[in-house]
Amino acid sequence: MPAVSMTVNGKAVTGDVEARTLLVQFLRENLRLTGTHVGCDTSQCGACVVHIDGIAAKSCTTLALQCEGANITTIEGLAEPNGPLHPMQEAFREHHGLQCGFCTPGMIMAALDIVRRRGNNLDEHTIREQLDGNICRCTGYHNIVKAIAAGAKAMAKSGARQAAE
Amino acid sequence: MSATGIGASVRRKEDFRFITGKGQYTDDVIRPRETRAVFVRSPHAHAKIKNIDTSAAKTMPGVIAVLTGAELANDKIGNLICGWMIHSKDGTPMKMAPHPALAVGKVNHQGDAVAVVIAETQVQGRDAAEKVKVDYEPLPPVADPAKAKSGPQIHDIAPKNTIYEWALGDAKAVDAAFSSAKHVTKLDIVNNRLVPNAIEPRAALAEYDAGTDQLTLWNTTQNPHVARLVIAAFVGMAPEHKLRVIAPDVGGGFGSKIFIYPEEVVCLWAARKVGRPVKWTADRSESFVTDAHGRDHVTHAELALDANGKILAMRVKTIANLGAYMSTFSSSVPTYLYATLLSGQYEIPHIYCEVDAVYTNTVPVDAYRGAGRPEATFVVERLVEVAARQMGIDPADLRKRNFIKSFPHQTPVIMAYDAGDYNASLKKALELADIKGFNKRRREAARYGKLRGIGYSTYIEACGIAPSQAVGSLGCGVGLWESAEVRVNPTGSVEVLTGTHAHGQGHETTFAQLVSERLGIPFENVSIVHGDTDKVQFGMGTYGSRSGAVGMSAIVKALDKIEAKAKKVAAHMLEAAEGDIVFKDGKFTVAGTDKSAAWGDVALNAYIAHKFAGQELEPGLKETSFYDPTNFTFPAGCHICEVEVDCDTGKTEIVNWTAVDDFGTVINPMIVEGQVHGGIAQGIGQALLEGAVYDKEGQLVTGSLMDYCMPHAHDLPSFKVGLTETKAPSNPLGIKGCGEAGAIAAPAAVINAITDAIGTEELVMPASGQAVWAALKRAQPRQAA
Repeated sequence: MPAVSMTVNGKAVTGDVEARTLLVQFLRENLRLTGTHVGCDTSQCGACVVHIDGIAAKSCTTLALQCEGANITTIEGLAEPNGPLHPMQEAFREHHGLQCGFCTPGMIMAALDIVRRRGNNLDEHTIREQLDGNICRCTGYHNIVKAIAAGAKAMAKSGARQAAE
Repeated sequence: MSATGIGASVRRKEDFRFITGKGQYTDDVIRPRETRAVFVRSPHAHAKIKNIDTSAAKTMPGVIAVLTGAELANDKIGNLICGWMIHSKDGTPMKMAPHPALAVGKVNHQGDAVAVVIAETQVQGRDAAEKVKVDYEPLPPVADPAKAKSGPQIHDIAPKNTIYEWALGDAKAVDAAFSSAKHVTKLDIVNNRLVPNAIEPRAALAEYDAGTDQLTLWNTTQNPHVARLVIAAFVGMAPEHKLRVIAPDVGGGFGSKIFIYPEEVVCLWAARKVGRPVKWTADRSESFVTDAHGRDHVTHAELALDANGKILAMRVKTIANLGAYMSTFSSSVPTYLYATLLSGQYEIPHIYCEVDAVYTNTVPVDAYRGAGRPEATFVVERLVEVAARQMGIDPADLRKRNFIKSFPHQTPVIMAYDAGDYNASLKKALELADIKGFNKRRREAARYGKLRGIGYSTYIEACGIAPSQAVGSLGCGVGLWESAEVRVNPTGSVEVLTGTHAHGQGHETTFAQLVSERLGIPFENVSIVHGDTDKVQFGMGTYGSRSGAVGMSAIVKALDKIEAKAKKVAAHMLEAAEGDIVFKDGKFTVAGTDKSAAWGDVALNAYIAHKFAGQELEPGLKETSFYDPTNFTFPAGCHICEVEVDCDTGKTEIVNWTAVDDFGTVINPMIVEGQVHGGIAQGIGQALLEGAVYDKEGQLVTGSLMDYCMPHAHDLPSFKVGLTETKAPSNPLGIKGCGEAGAIAAPAAVINAITDAIGTEELVMPASGQAVWAALKRAQPRQAA
């Protein structure tokens, strides 16, 4: 089996994987980073969104071997261990932007990418359009939209890093 | 109101683990030496299995075992069952066909499992599953419920594919009322079939400990104790005390995770057979053809009214598709959860409803958010709206003329409504929706080429499921009470063990709010424990908006006992008579004195037992209760939907949504609003976007998220949500329940709004752009007033 090396949440990791191994399988099964979820098999739901070199990507549609040398950030890597939460995480809690929590890691990682692309002042229409790649079955999105708008603003204030820079 | 007590929008305890990726869902649980199960599933909707050849699969790398239904039967593993007995009009019992966890001899729907591969890894399992050769002889299928009775017979036990022909109400009285009616409104309604699609796919992980002969199942279930009971007592997998079921974090349920499915049975059986843990996690394509679907009714409904728009009677005939097998509670959904709600919020003297439940070669159908009540509400609210339009009466006014105004109110279909104020919620909704400005908005929309319409849905639901004797008399195989255990620790912190289960509802927060307020202790000092049959005594789980009304009532009862016991301890500590002890704000005081003991001191004294003799008072501070409700609860409200339809494309945009609901007492408004939002989204999904479609061959053509249209953020508006309140008299907190309201109310509001805009009542769900465009072509749009 070929070997793959990458940086995940700031740590260098290597592993032997079958060529067909998906990034999400590598994260969940090899690294036991189970915060990244799999909700579908057609790249629709977005529960698996992580950042590859700072850009949101669906880890269910990315081969682990494609990520050779890449810098990956997952939901587990957003906040420093024992440090404060990332403002976007805090916004999801404050605005009740989650219920069952299963889509949440992907939502938060996708939200950060919206901020990266569209800035910190996000209107409702922009957020709704930009969330096309993520599905939530619990919240009706109402509070997710509020959370992302508030999280984006809070990031500007705190000067929070976008994510995996 | 304290910052963390009843009525406060406390931020959720459970969120930290979810926003940091530390949730533990079933697929996240990893056991040493675990293997993976991959199922071989039928590509045919209906076929004989002539042979299964597993020899090539068994030689594939990483394969530990390949097992079939024949071996399952040899090992005397029993069938899955439906736990609610319905009798037909003629008194005959429903026709429950055998449902083995792995098909034997015949497959009855696309996705029916015929074999399972147990392998070291999932990909090895998949490779091997492709090598299992199944020789099928295809049979003609039937998927359309309206054609089921004349279709090929699926099960020997059920001629004409008929499970039951059930009826409720007084047919003669209804006929008489119709013959005297001034106006009759008739509608043909298809309540579209839905796929629940909780974002976490179903999963099961089974482990066998040969040393203790103990089986453990981690499972995506809404009711772990019921799963254990059924798997032990009916499937016969293991004695109940030798089976532990754990429902860890569960990523949404919406009903679909109530039921006992073949996969958990097979994983348990295989784990014992191969002597290693066995895990199965559905991929989404598998979820589409194995998770129980929802709705799927074909209905003809009629409403009789007098000249003043007063409703005289209702007549409903429904064919309900239950799919290829009877799922766990499937029989109850189109009967006692449906026809009993046909009175809506209205005083209707006579109602008669016939329901024929049929088998088809489709995935089993069972409860999905609302379960029967959305179907009933759609019938009632469409009838009322259309009747108003036909009679030239304002739809809000027609509703008001017929609202039930005094309580208790006995409907002609079993339910006794105990409290409500339907005028209040309608009035508030009309204000919030700025109904007075609607005509102006309609005229403005017309100027930019859009048809604007408005639709109401004044719904009612029966929640707080349910009084055990009542449901027992209707055929339910279990009681629907709930249990609670309150454990006060020597340091004064508290664990509450509840038989309900949360999969997004926030029980860890709301239940802790109740305990914090009642005992006057910090919210942080309360933990809620659920979802593990080894920790929690028997409980009935979460569905039917029951966790607040029934589950929290059980906690209240246990807290009453805790207080009574703690007062005895305090009396000994304070050397006072028990009757003189007053408990308030976490402090025990001797009435009329300044002598007091803090909560923590009393808790400690209960355990060290130095101040009283064990003969007069048992040490410890832990109480249990089983609470059985005395009635259903009846949440009700008014949802108003305002739409704009694009004449050229038929595309509908929801421009305003107003919801005013009466849920009785609200513990956490933030969480309740979130439940309303989510329910509305699912209801809008049903009305505009979602629909499971089978072709003539019984193939599910909407079998992935590419083909089945789930609501996305850009499909939905933000919602205006308001509350009114009449307390539920049947439980100590006055809670009615909020989980299903949105899904129940929304579809009728959407369709009433679109049909108002386009000027024809002939519109099917989902009202896609194409469907609305086609309807528009058949109709003359209503002109702006």
